[in-house]
Amino acid sequence: MGQPVPVLEMTGIGKTFPGVVALDDVDFRLLPGEVHALMGENGAGKSTLIKVLTGVYSNDAGEVRLAGEPVRFTGPLQAQRAGVSTVYQEVNLCPNLSVAENIFIGREPRRFGKIQWSRMRKRSAELLRRLDLDIDVSAPLSTYSLAVQQMVAIARAVDVSVKVLVLDEPTSSLDTSEVDQLFRVIRRLSDDGVAILFVSHFLDQVYEIADRMTVLRNGRRIGEYRTAELPQMDLVSKMIGKELETLEQLEERTGRTHDRARDAPVVIQAEGLGRVGAIEPFDLTIHEGEVVGLAGLLGSGRTELARLLFGADRADHGGVQIGGRPVTLRGPRTAMRHRIAFSSENRRAEGLVEDLSVRENIVLALQASRGWLRPISRRRQEELADKYIKALHIRPADPERPVRNLSGGNQQKVLLARWLITEPRLLIVDEPTRGIDVGAKAEIQRLLAELSGGGMAVLFISAELEEVLRVSHTVAVLRDRRLIQQIDNDADLDADRVMQAIASGGQPA
Amino acid sequence: MITDTPAPVQNRPVATKGRVYRPNQRHIPVLATLALLALMYGLGVANYEGFSDTQVLLNIFVDNAFLLVVAVGMTFVILTGGIDLSVGAVVALTTVVAATLLGKDWPPGVVLPLVLLIGTTIGLAMGCIIHFFEIPPFIATLAGMFLARGLCHLISKEAIPITDGFWTSMAQERLRFGGFFISLSVVIAVVVVLIAAFVLAYTRIGRNVYAIGGNAQSALLMGLPVGRTRISVYAISGFCSALGGVLLSFYMLSGDPLHAQGLELDAIAAVVIGGTLLSGGSGFLFGTVLGVLVLGLIQTIITFQGTLSSWWTRIVIGGLLFAFVLLQRLVTRRAR
Amino acid sequence: MTQPTVSERSAPPDQTPEKRGMMRTVLRHRLFWPAAVLVLLLVGNVFFTPSFFSIRLQDGHLYGSLIDILRASTPLILVGLGMTLVIATGGIDLSVGSVMAIAGAVACLRISDLPDPNSVGGVLAAVGFALLLALVLGLWNGLLVAVGGIQPIIATLILMVAGRGLAQLITDGQIINVRSDPYRVIGAGYVLTVPVSVIIAGLFVAAAALLVRRSALGLLLESVGGSPAASRLAGIQARTLILTVYVFAALCAGIAGLIFSSNVSSADGNNTGNLIELDAILAVVIGGTALTGGRFSIAGTVLGAVIINTLNITVYTVGIPSNVTLLFKAVVVVVLCLLQSPSFRAWASGVKRLLPTPSRAGGAA
Repeated sequence: MGQPVPVLEMTGIGKTFPGVVALDDVDFRLLPGEVHALMGENGAGKSTLIKVLTGVYSNDAGEVRLAGEPVRFTGPLQAQRAGVSTVYQEVNLCPNLSVAENIFIGREPRRFGKIQWSRMRKRSAELLRRLDLDIDVSAPLSTYSLAVQQMVAIARAVDVSVKVLVLDEPTSSLDTSEVDQLFRVIRRLSDDGVAILFVSHFLDQVYEIADRMTVLRNGRRIGEYRTAELPQMDLVSKMIGKELETLEQLEERTGRTHDRARDAPVVIQAEGLGRVGAIEPFDLTIHEGEVVGLAGLLGSGRTELARLLFGADRADHGGVQIGGRPVTLRGPRTAMRHRIAFSSENRRAEGLVEDLSVRENIVLALQASRGWLRPISRRRQEELADKYIKALHIRPADPERPVRNLSGGNQQKVLLARWLITEPRLLIVDEPTRGIDVGAKAEIQRLLAELSGGGMAVLFISAELEEVLRVSHTVAVLRDRRLIQQIDNDADLDADRVMQAIASGGQPA
Repeated sequence: MITDTPAPVQNRPVATKGRVYRPNQRHIPVLATLALLALMYGLGVANYEGFSDTQVLLNIFVDNAFLLVVAVGMTFVILTGGIDLSVGAVVALTTVVAATLLGKDWPPGVVLPLVLLIGTTIGLAMGCIIHFFEIPPFIATLAGMFLARGLCHLISKEAIPITDGFWTSMAQERLRFGGFFISLSVVIAVVVVLIAAFVLAYTRIGRNVYAIGGNAQSALLMGLPVGRTRISVYAISGFCSALGGVLLSFYMLSGDPLHAQGLELDAIAAVVIGGTLLSGGSGFLFGTVLGVLVLGLIQTIITFQGTLSSWWTRIVIGGLLFAFVLLQRLVTRRAR
Repeated sequence: MTQPTVSERSAPPDQTPEKRGMMRTVLRHRLFWPAAVLVLLLVGNVFFTPSFFSIRLQDGHLYGSLIDILRASTPLILVGLGMTLVIATGGIDLSVGSVMAIAGAVACLRISDLPDPNSVGGVLAAVGFALLLALVLGLWNGLLVAVGGIQPIIATLILMVAGRGLAQLITDGQIINVRSDPYRVIGAGYVLTVPVSVIIAGLFVAAAALLVRRSALGLLLESVGGSPAASRLAGIQARTLILTVYVFAALCAGIAGLIFSSNVSSADGNNTGNLIELDAILAVVIGGTALTGGRFSIAGTVLGAVIINTLNITVYTVGIPSNVTLLFKAVVVVVLCLLQSPSFRAWASGVKRLLPTPSRAGGAA
């Protein structure tokens, strides 16, 4: 075959955590100049493998070879020095430092030990310009959006004389144009001979960028494939390793199969609701049994709109009518009293209390609405937890396990369970499927369809346009913090038309 | 200065509003401290005769040189998001050890490095415990405080006078210029401040301190030497406490296990009043200097007033702490 | 020594025990090491004082070293109780020592102003006034933290510094001595052979534990401490909860101050409750409650408070010079905290790791 020599070769890697075998005899190799996707469901061992590679974890078994030499990194710094850089899903930078510092910290340009600030700023501005980003590099990182922060993280990783660049879910907070921008950078790097390890849940992106892929499942390697030779269906079945039934359900557009809910009573009606700097005043009506999807790019005001409807942020314009009566949404508690539920996009920071158990997280909202003086009995708590663990297939099915130890998809289900037991009339779900595996994604979509079938109104937010179309009856299109158009999700609505609406700013083309 | 939105990146939810003011925002707390310092000084000058004498101002430095040095070390620790409760006890231990050894006719050339080494070692040990065994800084330095205070009492039950020639000359030496004077301790303290300010702004370890305070987790993943830096700041704080102890022993010419009781509070108060966030990652050394001056000025005003009992100092410091914290709160809220 | 080789978080007591055997479960219980140290200290005392465990009845009062330890522990138990709940919400209260001093000072000042210091009504009024003042001080802390949004350590530092001055202002820098039998009962009296102070502390702890675990208060507090942002979106009114715990902590400190000052029949604004905030925080940490908030254990704190006081008494009975108590305390603190530190356990059992694990080793990969 005449294969080129791998720049990175990992053989027989094993890693065990208390009670969990995270990696079991995993082989992995990376050729110079290729983009190699690491695929697998949550809990398959992708992150662990990456952390072993970058020296965050030490492997219990196996060997890592870089350019033929056996290596054993004791930390990311060592790995970086040897030419292995990583960009993580969550932006791992320091928000209090300037952009320039975030790019250069640890290897600042110095003269006689003194950091040369002006040179550092100049060089980081140049670097970012190469990524098509023209921003003030002396401003603190915290003043920029997540997408910009992600680009800064990449700039940081790219600047080092990099042999292997690990991109762990780098696109999960980027919008389409930013993804394109990122892919341009990736291609340029791979042309320069950098080997790129790419992890993403977006299959389309993987097929667009990756040359080869390695599939992991339950901590074991399933195989290594050329992207061109592996159809998407085959890939998914290798990843989830069960019958393709779930996948077919994924394909089905649940939203369209339901009858129009237009004649049903109105659950919530927002008139001129808005908040300066967050979202321009908008009108929105949601009926019983209706799923309204929000479509728009990152930063178009999707989350901001949802937060206003839940009272998580206070509106400074307009008002809301719930069940026909005007209501001032002073905070989450008011919204909950009117049976509105909101599952935040930020699971870890704003959703779950990671120290608490599955059971406690599930009963939390219900308990909060009852007040501390009317506790839910322990038996009732256990009943509720068991019921929803079964109903939503939460794994492991142990109500007393700290939520911290669950995978992303299962955490999301716990969060949904928390709100479902409050029996809301309106359920707002912000990115419920982000960063979770295909199987869980399909389950959550099906669940939302069922709920709306039962009369619950749902406001569904997702960065994935296809998913919004699959789930919603009506699509509300947002652009630049404005709700520009509401489109019925009928037979001839497709992603292209929504994209057009976004691009044209709502004016008929 | 960027005021327009550049083309390639259009969606910047956080960035669009109030961007122009941002770069200055981190300076506002320090400027506020400066303004209040000026106000207090103005009030002093207006109300008390002789307050305007420059020497009054210089005396604040003379009387608080040791606190300044200790607060410098505390600033390092607090910038990483930690805290060091042991500083007062280490200061006391330094004075006691120095006085004891000098009393036994050890040469100052040996005693001085030795006490500095002891302080640094205690700091180093606490840093190691905090880092390697993940004991919260509050608890680890509390243990350090017990340890150092306990050692003080073990060595001596009462105050020991220092009669060593070097020490007394350091205590009495005055740098005079144009009718005013400062002690050598002030010079030492100022040098420490300058070095520390340089280290924080222009060296890797200094920037690592800020990075850890901003997000230790990220700092680790960015490949920064988190462990080494974290241990270093406690060692630096230990060194500064020991040096502060030496300056205090110059000032008092005695070693006493009861010296510097509650000094950790003064140091923390000075750092906070100087605009450094206790959660770490934000603040300036210059602010700490201002914070020490504020504390010193309160003392001076109360001395000038003459009719106020000593406990008013505490009440006023508490009140000022409240005012400064409230002010910072309002400033950051408005800027947001 | 069979030490756990893993660095998993020790399981909360109500968790279903794993199949790894009794020994392991016991060793892993988060109160195991504190309890072991306490037992060790108590048993150690017997070698120096053979009668250490004997309790005798004399004049209708219980006497003995164990009773002494309990009596001496009451202020710390009370302060630690309040501190536990504050720390559970992710806060900290540095002002408890000052509140103790103020409560004692106000009560003694009022009693010394009474025409008849032995009048029960007058003493009750004084005590009531002192506790009311403590509540107000707690409200002040709570408002700063919950409404003002100021970091707890700073917010309570204000009252810690200023409060000490206020206490001295109240006593005019003097030590106020009172001769009042009704007042003495609080700290030095006995009911049914049991010291009144122990009864007060016991009732308070029991009531608090019952309230917290029987109502949903415990869950909500742990949630607020675990993740304030998530708690807000789950509809929990953190503001009221936080306000309440600071008021409660101040009330506990106030009662502790009264017990303390009643026991010595005097009030000293400068020294009462000096550094007790540190001991209280220590007790909480020894008891297995993390300083970062979330899960808490009242029983653990009580255990911690008793350990600290046993230590003080041990130093005394063993004949170690009292001025070295601090040294001894430092050693015990370090040993106990190390024993509870997962990293130390891992290190001690041979797995040498130079870096702390960035995230809790869990199944999610």
